[in-house]
Amino acid sequence: MANDMKQTQTPKRLRSAMLVIALAGMLGGCATSGNPKDPIEGFNRAMYGFNEAVDTAVIKPVAQGYDYVLPAPVRTGVTNFFGNIADLFIGVNNLLQGKPDQAVSDLGRVLINSTVGILGLFDVATPAGLEKHEEDFGQTFGRWGVGNGAYVVLPIVGPRTVRDTAGFLLDVTVDPVANLGHVPTRNVLLALRLVDTRADLLPADKVIEEAALDKYSYVRDGYLQRRRSLVYDGNAPREALD
Amino acid sequence: MKYLIGLLAACLFATGAAATGVAADVAPDALVKNVTNEVLEIVRKDKDIQAGNTRKTLELVEAKVLPHFNFQRMTLLSLGREGRQVTPEQLVVLSGEFRDLLVRTYSKALTEFRDQEISFKPFKMAATDTDVRVRTEIKQTGGKPAQLDYYLERNGKSWKVYDIEVGGISLVTNYRSTFAQEIRAGGIDGLIRTLQEKNKAADTSSKAK
Repeated sequence: MANDMKQTQTPKRLRSAMLVIALAGMLGGCATSGNPKDPIEGFNRAMYGFNEAVDTAVIKPVAQGYDYVLPAPVRTGVTNFFGNIADLFIGVNNLLQGKPDQAVSDLGRVLINSTVGILGLFDVATPAGLEKHEEDFGQTFGRWGVGNGAYVVLPIVGPRTVRDTAGFLLDVTVDPVANLGHVPTRNVLLALRLVDTRADLLPADKVIEEAALDKYSYVRDGYLQRRRSLVYDGNAPREALD
Repeated sequence: MKYLIGLLAACLFATGAAATGVAADVAPDALVKNVTNEVLEIVRKDKDIQAGNTRKTLELVEAKVLPHFNFQRMTLLSLGREGRQVTPEQLVVLSGEFRDLLVRTYSKALTEFRDQEISFKPFKMAATDTDVRVRTEIKQTGGKPAQLDYYLERNGKSWKVYDIEVGGISLVTNYRSTFAQEIRAGGIDGLIRTLQEKNKAADTSSKAK
Protein backbone atom coordinates (compact mmCIF):
# COMPACT_ATOMS: atom_id res chain seq x y z
CA MET A 1 0.00 0.00 0.00
CA ALA A 2 2.76 2.35 0.89
CA ASN A 3 4.26 1.56 -2.45
CA ASP A 4 1.14 2.39 -4.40
CA MET A 5 1.08 5.72 -2.72
CA LYS A 6 4.62 6.48 -3.53
CA GLN A 7 4.11 5.73 -7.16
CA THR A 8 1.19 8.04 -7.55
CA GLN A 9 2.46 10.76 -5.25
CA THR A 10 6.07 11.17 -6.10
CA PRO A 11 5.75 11.84 -9.80
CA LYS A 12 3.05 14.38 -9.04
CA ARG A 13 5.30 16.19 -6.61
CA LEU A 14 8.18 15.92 -9.00
CA ARG A 15 6.16 17.23 -11.88
CA SER A 16 4.94 20.26 -10.01
CA ALA A 17 8.42 21.09 -8.83
CA MET A 18 9.78 20.78 -12.35
CA LEU A 19 6.99 22.96 -13.61
CA VAL A 20 7.96 25.60 -11.11
CA ILE A 21 11.57 25.49 -12.16
CA ALA A 22 10.63 25.68 -15.83
CA LEU A 23 8.29 28.54 -15.13
CA ALA A 24 10.99 30.26 -13.15
CA GLY A 25 13.30 29.92 -16.11
CA MET A 26 10.79 31.48 -18.47
CA LEU A 27 10.12 34.35 -16.16
CA GLY A 28 13.81 34.97 -15.79
CA GLY A 29 13.43 37.83 -18.20
CA CYS A 30 11.67 39.90 -15.56
CA ALA A 31 14.76 39.86 -13.38
CA THR A 32 15.87 43.28 -12.32
CA SER A 33 18.90 43.52 -10.11
CA GLY A 34 21.41 41.46 -12.06
CA ASN A 35 22.51 39.53 -8.97
CA PRO A 36 24.30 36.51 -10.46
CA LYS A 37 23.09 34.25 -7.65
CA ASP A 38 19.47 35.24 -8.26
CA PRO A 39 18.90 35.39 -12.01
CA ILE A 40 15.13 34.98 -11.70
CA GLU A 41 14.64 37.57 -9.01
CA GLY A 42 11.42 38.91 -10.55
CA PHE A 43 9.74 35.55 -10.33
CA ASN A 44 11.22 34.80 -6.92
CA ARG A 45 9.98 38.04 -5.44
CA ALA A 46 6.47 37.32 -6.67
CA MET A 47 6.56 33.81 -5.21
CA TYR A 48 8.02 35.15 -1.98
CA GLY A 49 5.11 37.57 -1.73
CA PHE A 50 2.68 34.74 -2.32
CA ASN A 51 4.31 32.63 0.41
CA GLU A 52 4.22 35.54 2.83
CA ALA A 53 0.53 36.04 2.14
CA VAL A 54 -0.26 32.35 2.77
CA ASP A 55 1.83 32.44 5.92
CA THR A 56 0.14 35.55 7.26
CA ALA A 57 -3.35 34.31 6.43
CA VAL A 58 -3.11 30.69 7.51
CA ILE A 59 0.13 29.10 8.70
CA LYS A 60 1.29 31.74 11.14
CA PRO A 61 -2.04 32.20 12.94
CA VAL A 62 -2.37 28.44 13.35
CA ALA A 63 1.20 28.23 14.67
CA GLN A 64 0.48 31.07 17.11
CA GLY A 65 -2.61 29.27 18.39
CA TYR A 66 -0.63 26.05 18.73
CA ASP A 67 2.11 27.91 20.59
CA TYR A 68 -0.42 29.55 22.87
CA VAL A 69 -2.47 26.47 23.71
CA LEU A 70 0.19 23.81 24.22
CA PRO A 71 2.56 23.89 27.18
CA ALA A 72 6.25 24.13 26.26
CA PRO A 73 7.16 20.54 27.26
CA VAL A 74 4.47 19.20 24.92
CA ARG A 75 5.76 21.30 22.04
CA THR A 76 9.29 20.12 22.74
CA GLY A 77 8.01 16.55 22.68
CA VAL A 78 6.48 17.10 19.25
CA THR A 79 9.68 18.68 17.93
CA ASN A 80 11.70 15.77 19.35
CA PHE A 81 9.34 13.20 17.86
CA PHE A 82 9.79 14.52 14.32
CA GLY A 83 13.48 15.16 14.94
CA ASN A 84 13.90 11.50 15.83
CA ILE A 85 12.29 10.41 12.58
CA ALA A 86 14.51 12.84 10.69
CA ASP A 87 17.67 11.46 12.35
CA LEU A 88 17.35 8.29 10.29
CA PHE A 89 18.04 9.98 6.96
CA ILE A 90 20.42 12.44 8.58
CA GLY A 91 22.46 9.33 9.32
CA VAL A 92 22.10 8.06 5.75
CA ASN A 93 23.27 11.43 4.42
CA ASN A 94 26.25 11.47 6.77
CA LEU A 95 27.17 8.06 5.41
CA LEU A 96 26.84 9.31 1.83
CA GLN A 97 29.06 12.25 2.76
CA GLY A 98 31.78 9.93 3.98
CA LYS A 99 31.29 10.51 7.70
CA PRO A 100 30.57 7.00 9.01
CA ASP A 101 31.29 7.93 12.63
CA GLN A 102 28.61 10.61 12.53
CA ALA A 103 26.24 8.24 10.75
CA VAL A 104 26.70 5.67 13.50
CA SER A 105 26.01 8.36 16.09
CA ASP A 106 22.81 9.38 14.28
CA LEU A 107 21.55 5.82 14.14
CA GLY A 108 22.48 5.41 17.79
CA ARG A 109 20.34 8.45 18.50
CA VAL A 110 17.37 6.86 16.74
CA LEU A 111 17.79 3.64 18.70
CA ILE A 112 18.11 5.33 22.08
CA ASN A 113 15.45 7.98 21.54
CA SER A 114 12.92 5.55 20.04
CA THR A 115 13.19 3.26 23.06
CA VAL A 116 14.41 5.03 26.20
CA GLY A 117 13.08 8.29 24.81
CA ILE A 118 9.62 6.77 24.29
CA LEU A 119 9.08 6.92 20.53
CA GLY A 120 11.34 9.93 20.27
CA LEU A 121 9.29 12.21 22.48
CA PHE A 122 12.32 12.76 24.71
CA ASP A 123 15.77 13.46 23.34
CA VAL A 124 17.81 11.46 25.81
CA ALA A 125 20.63 10.89 23.33
CA THR A 126 21.86 14.50 23.37
CA PRO A 127 22.56 14.60 27.12
CA ALA A 128 24.13 11.15 26.71
CA GLY A 129 26.70 12.70 24.39
CA LEU A 130 25.28 11.90 20.94
CA GLU A 131 24.93 15.34 19.40
CA LYS A 132 22.17 16.06 16.91
CA HIS A 133 23.26 16.81 13.35
CA GLU A 134 21.59 18.53 10.45
CA GLU A 135 21.95 16.90 7.05
CA ASP A 136 19.86 16.45 3.92
CA PHE A 137 20.35 15.42 0.31
CA GLY A 138 20.96 19.00 -0.83
CA GLN A 139 23.95 19.16 1.53
CA THR A 140 25.13 15.77 0.35
CA PHE A 141 25.12 17.00 -3.26
CA GLY A 142 26.98 20.10 -2.12
CA ARG A 143 29.54 17.95 -0.36
CA TRP A 144 30.00 16.00 -3.58
CA GLY A 145 30.86 19.23 -5.34
CA VAL A 146 27.54 20.09 -7.01
CA GLY A 147 27.16 23.87 -7.28
CA ASN A 148 24.10 25.75 -6.08
CA GLY A 149 22.67 26.87 -9.39
CA ALA A 150 20.14 29.67 -9.30
CA TYR A 151 18.26 30.68 -6.18
CA VAL A 152 14.59 29.66 -6.42
CA VAL A 153 11.65 30.43 -4.16
CA LEU A 154 9.27 27.46 -4.28
CA PRO A 155 5.58 27.82 -3.50
CA ILE A 156 4.90 27.19 0.24
CA VAL A 157 8.22 25.34 0.59
CA GLY A 158 10.18 28.59 0.42
CA PRO A 159 13.82 29.32 -0.49
CA ARG A 160 15.94 26.72 -2.23
CA THR A 161 18.56 26.64 -4.92
CA VAL A 162 18.30 24.40 -7.98
CA ARG A 163 20.62 21.94 -6.24
CA ASP A 164 18.67 22.08 -3.01
CA THR A 165 15.40 21.63 -4.89
CA ALA A 166 16.71 18.35 -6.26
CA GLY A 167 17.83 17.43 -2.75
CA PHE A 168 14.47 18.41 -1.34
CA LEU A 169 12.63 16.17 -3.81
CA LEU A 170 14.76 13.26 -2.66
CA ASP A 171 14.21 14.18 0.99
CA VAL A 172 10.46 14.11 0.42
CA THR A 173 10.59 10.88 -1.57
CA VAL A 174 12.22 8.99 1.31
CA ASP A 175 10.54 10.90 4.13
CA PRO A 176 9.04 8.28 6.47
CA VAL A 177 6.16 10.57 7.41
CA ALA A 178 5.18 11.38 3.83
CA ASN A 179 5.34 7.67 3.01
CA LEU A 180 2.95 6.49 5.69
CA GLY A 181 0.41 4.10 4.20
CA HIS A 182 -2.48 5.26 6.35
CA VAL A 183 -3.41 8.47 4.60
CA PRO A 184 -5.41 10.23 7.36
CA THR A 185 -2.61 9.60 9.88
CA ARG A 186 -0.06 10.77 7.36
CA ASN A 187 -1.92 14.00 6.71
CA VAL A 188 -2.36 14.76 10.39
CA LEU A 189 1.34 14.17 11.02
CA LEU A 190 2.42 16.27 8.05
CA ALA A 191 0.24 19.15 9.21
CA LEU A 192 1.42 18.81 12.80
CA ARG A 193 5.04 18.84 11.70
CA LEU A 194 4.51 21.94 9.59
CA VAL A 195 2.77 23.81 12.39
CA ASP A 196 5.32 22.73 14.97
CA THR A 197 8.22 23.83 12.75
CA ARG A 198 6.54 27.16 12.11
CA ALA A 199 5.82 27.70 15.80
CA ASP A 200 9.49 27.17 16.64
CA LEU A 201 10.27 30.09 14.34
CA LEU A 202 7.86 32.59 15.79
CA PRO A 203 10.43 34.44 17.93
CA ALA A 204 12.71 34.76 14.93
CA ASP A 205 10.00 36.52 12.91
CA LYS A 206 10.11 39.58 15.06
CA VAL A 207 13.85 39.80 14.88
CA ILE A 208 13.92 39.58 11.09
CA GLU A 209 11.22 42.19 10.89
CA GLU A 210 13.45 44.45 12.96
CA ALA A 211 16.64 43.66 11.08
CA ALA A 212 15.74 43.61 7.41
CA LEU A 213 15.62 46.63 5.13
CA ASP A 214 14.35 44.41 2.36
CA LYS A 215 13.05 41.15 3.76
CA TYR A 216 13.29 39.33 0.46
CA SER A 217 17.01 39.87 0.03
CA TYR A 218 17.69 39.44 3.73
CA VAL A 219 16.10 36.01 3.69
CA ARG A 220 17.73 35.06 0.38
CA ASP A 221 21.25 36.00 1.45
CA GLY A 222 20.73 34.39 4.82
CA TYR A 223 19.58 31.19 3.17
CA LEU A 224 22.57 31.06 0.84
CA GLN A 225 25.05 31.72 3.64
CA ARG A 226 23.37 29.19 5.89
CA ARG A 227 23.42 26.44 3.31
CA ARG A 228 27.06 27.08 2.50
CA SER A 229 27.90 26.81 6.17
CA LEU A 230 25.90 23.58 6.50
CA VAL A 231 27.65 21.94 3.56
CA TYR A 232 30.95 22.60 5.36
CA ASP A 233 29.44 21.47 8.69
CA GLY A 234 29.98 24.90 10.19
CA ASN A 235 33.59 25.24 9.08
CA ALA A 236 33.22 27.03 5.79
CA PRO A 237 36.24 29.02 4.67
CA ARG A 238 35.50 32.68 5.22
CA GLU A 239 34.42 34.49 2.09
CA ALA A 240 36.55 37.50 1.18
CA LEU A 241 35.02 40.44 2.99
CA ASP A 242 36.66 43.51 1.56
CA MET B 1 13.13 29.34 5.25
CA LYS B 2 12.44 27.82 8.62
CA TYR B 3 15.83 27.21 10.23
CA LEU B 4 17.18 30.17 8.39
CA ILE B 5 14.94 32.49 10.26
CA GLY B 6 15.72 30.86 13.55
CA LEU B 7 19.38 31.29 12.94
CA LEU B 8 19.12 34.83 11.87
CA ALA B 9 17.32 35.61 15.00
CA ALA B 10 19.85 33.81 17.05
CA CYS B 11 22.52 35.74 15.30
CA LEU B 12 21.14 39.06 16.09
CA PHE B 13 20.70 38.07 19.62
CA ALA B 14 24.27 37.04 19.75
CA THR B 15 25.48 40.49 19.27
CA GLY B 16 23.66 41.48 22.33
CA ALA B 17 26.00 39.23 24.13
CA ALA B 18 29.25 40.63 23.00
CA ALA B 19 30.77 43.14 25.29
CA THR B 20 31.09 45.18 28.42
CA GLY B 21 33.14 47.89 30.01
CA VAL B 22 35.93 45.51 30.85
CA ALA B 23 39.38 47.06 30.95
CA ALA B 24 41.72 46.77 27.99
CA ASP B 25 43.97 43.79 27.53
CA VAL B 26 41.25 41.29 28.29
CA ALA B 27 41.66 38.28 26.03
CA PRO B 28 39.01 38.15 23.28
CA ASP B 29 37.43 34.93 24.50
CA ALA B 30 37.20 36.24 28.05
CA LEU B 31 35.68 39.44 26.74
CA VAL B 32 32.93 37.63 24.86
CA LYS B 33 32.25 35.37 27.80
CA ASN B 34 32.10 38.14 30.39
CA VAL B 35 29.82 40.33 28.39
CA THR B 36 27.50 37.49 27.38
CA ASN B 37 27.12 36.33 30.94
CA GLU B 38 26.71 39.79 32.35
CA VAL B 39 24.08 40.88 29.84
CA LEU B 40 22.09 37.67 30.02
CA GLU B 41 22.09 37.78 33.79
CA ILE B 42 20.64 41.26 33.77
CA VAL B 43 18.04 40.34 31.15
CA ARG B 44 16.93 37.29 33.07
CA LYS B 45 16.50 39.23 36.30
CA ASP B 46 14.94 42.41 34.98
CA LYS B 47 11.16 42.29 35.02
CA ASP B 48 10.80 45.39 32.86
CA ILE B 49 12.95 43.96 30.09
CA GLN B 50 11.04 40.70 30.19
CA ALA B 51 7.77 42.58 29.99
CA GLY B 52 9.00 44.08 26.72
CA ASN B 53 10.37 47.44 27.84
CA THR B 54 12.23 48.32 24.66
CA ARG B 55 13.88 51.44 25.99
CA LYS B 56 15.44 49.65 28.93
CA THR B 57 16.76 46.86 26.74
CA LEU B 58 18.27 49.40 24.37
CA GLU B 59 19.97 51.15 27.26
CA LEU B 60 21.44 47.91 28.49
CA VAL B 61 22.83 47.03 25.08
CA GLU B 62 24.21 50.52 24.61
CA ALA B 63 25.95 50.52 27.96
CA LYS B 64 27.32 47.00 27.99
CA VAL B 65 27.68 45.90 24.40
CA LEU B 66 28.30 48.89 22.17
CA PRO B 67 31.72 49.85 23.54
CA HIS B 68 33.11 46.58 22.22
CA PHE B 69 31.93 46.92 18.67
CA ASN B 70 33.64 48.63 15.80
CA PHE B 71 30.68 49.95 13.81
CA GLN B 72 32.68 51.81 11.20
CA ARG B 73 34.48 48.61 10.33
CA MET B 74 31.17 46.75 10.23
CA THR B 75 29.68 49.40 7.99
CA LEU B 76 32.60 49.29 5.58
CA LEU B 77 32.39 45.52 5.46
CA SER B 78 28.71 45.56 4.66
CA LEU B 79 29.34 48.12 1.94
CA GLY B 80 31.92 45.87 0.32
CA ARG B 81 33.10 47.30 -2.99
CA GLU B 82 30.63 50.17 -2.68
CA GLY B 83 32.66 51.38 0.30
CA ARG B 84 35.14 53.02 -2.07
CA GLN B 85 32.72 55.79 -2.92
CA VAL B 86 31.82 56.73 0.65
CA THR B 87 33.15 60.02 2.04
CA PRO B 88 34.38 60.22 5.66
CA GLU B 89 31.35 62.36 6.56
CA GLN B 90 28.94 59.89 4.98
CA LEU B 91 30.63 57.04 6.80
CA VAL B 92 30.04 58.70 10.16
CA VAL B 93 26.34 59.22 9.47
CA LEU B 94 25.91 55.83 7.86
CA SER B 95 27.57 53.87 10.65
CA GLY B 96 25.49 55.78 13.20
CA GLU B 97 22.27 54.74 11.46
CA PHE B 98 23.52 51.20 10.91
CA ARG B 99 24.42 51.00 14.59
CA ASP B 100 20.90 52.01 15.60
CA LEU B 101 19.43 49.34 13.36
CA LEU B 102 21.73 46.65 14.72
CA VAL B 103 21.26 47.66 18.34
CA ARG B 104 17.49 47.50 18.00
CA THR B 105 17.71 44.14 16.33
CA TYR B 106 19.96 42.75 19.07
CA SER B 107 17.77 44.06 21.78
CA LYS B 108 14.80 42.40 20.18
CA ALA B 109 16.64 39.12 19.85
CA LEU B 110 17.93 39.35 23.37
CA THR B 111 14.41 39.56 24.76
CA GLU B 112 13.05 36.84 22.48
CA PHE B 113 15.83 34.34 23.15
CA ARG B 114 16.79 35.15 26.73
CA ASP B 115 16.08 31.66 28.04
CA GLN B 116 18.45 29.90 25.69
CA GLU B 117 21.63 28.51 27.15
CA ILE B 118 24.98 29.54 25.71
CA SER B 119 28.14 27.48 25.84
CA PHE B 120 31.65 28.65 25.00
CA LYS B 121 33.89 26.55 22.81
CA PRO B 122 37.57 26.04 23.56
CA PHE B 123 39.63 28.95 22.29
CA LYS B 124 43.28 29.28 21.45
CA MET B 125 45.30 32.04 19.88
CA ALA B 126 48.91 33.07 19.44
CA ALA B 127 50.14 36.13 21.32
CA THR B 128 50.75 37.88 18.00
CA ASP B 129 47.26 37.31 16.56
CA THR B 130 45.31 40.45 15.75
CA ASP B 131 42.23 38.87 14.17
CA VAL B 132 40.43 35.98 15.88
CA ARG B 133 37.20 34.06 16.00
CA VAL B 134 35.55 33.21 19.32
CA ARG B 135 33.06 30.38 18.99
CA THR B 136 29.98 29.89 21.10
CA GLU B 137 26.86 27.77 20.81
CA ILE B 138 23.23 28.36 21.63
CA LYS B 139 21.37 25.28 22.80
CA GLN B 140 18.02 24.78 21.13
CA THR B 141 15.35 22.41 22.27
CA GLY B 142 14.83 19.63 19.78
CA GLY B 143 17.54 20.78 17.43
CA LYS B 144 21.20 21.00 16.72
CA PRO B 145 22.84 23.79 18.74
CA ALA B 146 23.16 27.03 16.78
CA GLN B 147 26.66 28.24 16.18
CA LEU B 148 27.33 31.77 17.26
CA ASP B 149 30.75 33.11 16.33
CA TYR B 150 32.31 36.48 17.06
CA TYR B 151 35.09 37.93 14.95
CA LEU B 152 37.33 40.30 16.84
CA GLU B 153 40.17 42.52 15.81
CA ARG B 154 42.85 44.01 17.97
CA ASN B 155 42.65 47.80 18.22
CA GLY B 156 45.66 48.99 20.13
CA LYS B 157 45.16 47.40 23.53
CA SER B 158 41.56 46.35 23.25
CA TRP B 159 39.65 43.88 21.11
CA LYS B 160 36.64 44.98 19.09
CA VAL B 161 33.98 42.82 17.47
CA TYR B 162 33.66 43.49 13.74
CA ASP B 163 31.43 40.62 12.66
CA ILE B 164 29.10 38.04 14.08
CA GLU B 165 28.05 34.82 12.44
CA VAL B 166 24.94 32.99 13.50
CA GLY B 167 24.65 29.51 12.14
CA GLY B 168 27.14 30.54 9.51
CA ILE B 169 25.23 33.65 8.53
CA SER B 170 27.39 36.74 8.74
CA LEU B 171 25.63 39.79 9.98
CA VAL B 172 27.84 41.89 7.77
CA THR B 173 27.61 40.15 4.44
CA ASN B 174 23.93 39.54 4.91
CA TYR B 175 23.35 43.26 4.40
CA ARG B 176 25.74 43.55 1.52
CA SER B 177 23.41 42.99 -1.40
CA THR B 178 20.62 45.08 0.15
CA PHE B 179 23.08 47.92 0.61
CA ALA B 180 24.35 47.57 -2.94
CA GLN B 181 20.75 47.57 -4.18
CA GLU B 182 19.99 50.80 -2.29
CA ILE B 183 23.19 52.45 -3.48
CA ARG B 184 22.43 51.60 -7.10
CA ALA B 185 19.04 53.22 -6.72
CA GLY B 186 19.96 56.35 -4.76
CA GLY B 187 23.68 56.46 -4.00
CA ILE B 188 25.16 56.40 -0.50
CA ASP B 189 22.78 59.17 0.53
CA GLY B 190 19.86 57.07 -0.63
CA LEU B 191 21.04 54.24 1.60
CA ILE B 192 21.39 56.64 4.53
CA ARG B 193 17.83 57.86 3.95
CA THR B 194 16.47 54.32 3.84
CA LEU B 195 18.18 53.50 7.13
CA GLN B 196 16.92 56.71 8.71
CA GLU B 197 13.35 55.94 7.66
CA LYS B 198 13.59 52.42 9.01
CA ASN B 199 14.96 53.66 12.33
CA LYS B 200 12.39 56.40 12.61
CA ALA B 201 9.50 54.03 11.92
CA ALA B 202 10.80 51.66 14.59
CA ASP B 203 11.14 54.50 17.09
CA THR B 204 7.58 55.60 16.59
CA SER B 205 6.19 52.11 16.89
CA SER B 206 8.14 51.38 20.09
CA LYS B 207 6.90 54.63 21.64
CA ALA B 208 3.35 53.78 20.70
CA LYS B 209 3.55 50.57 22.72
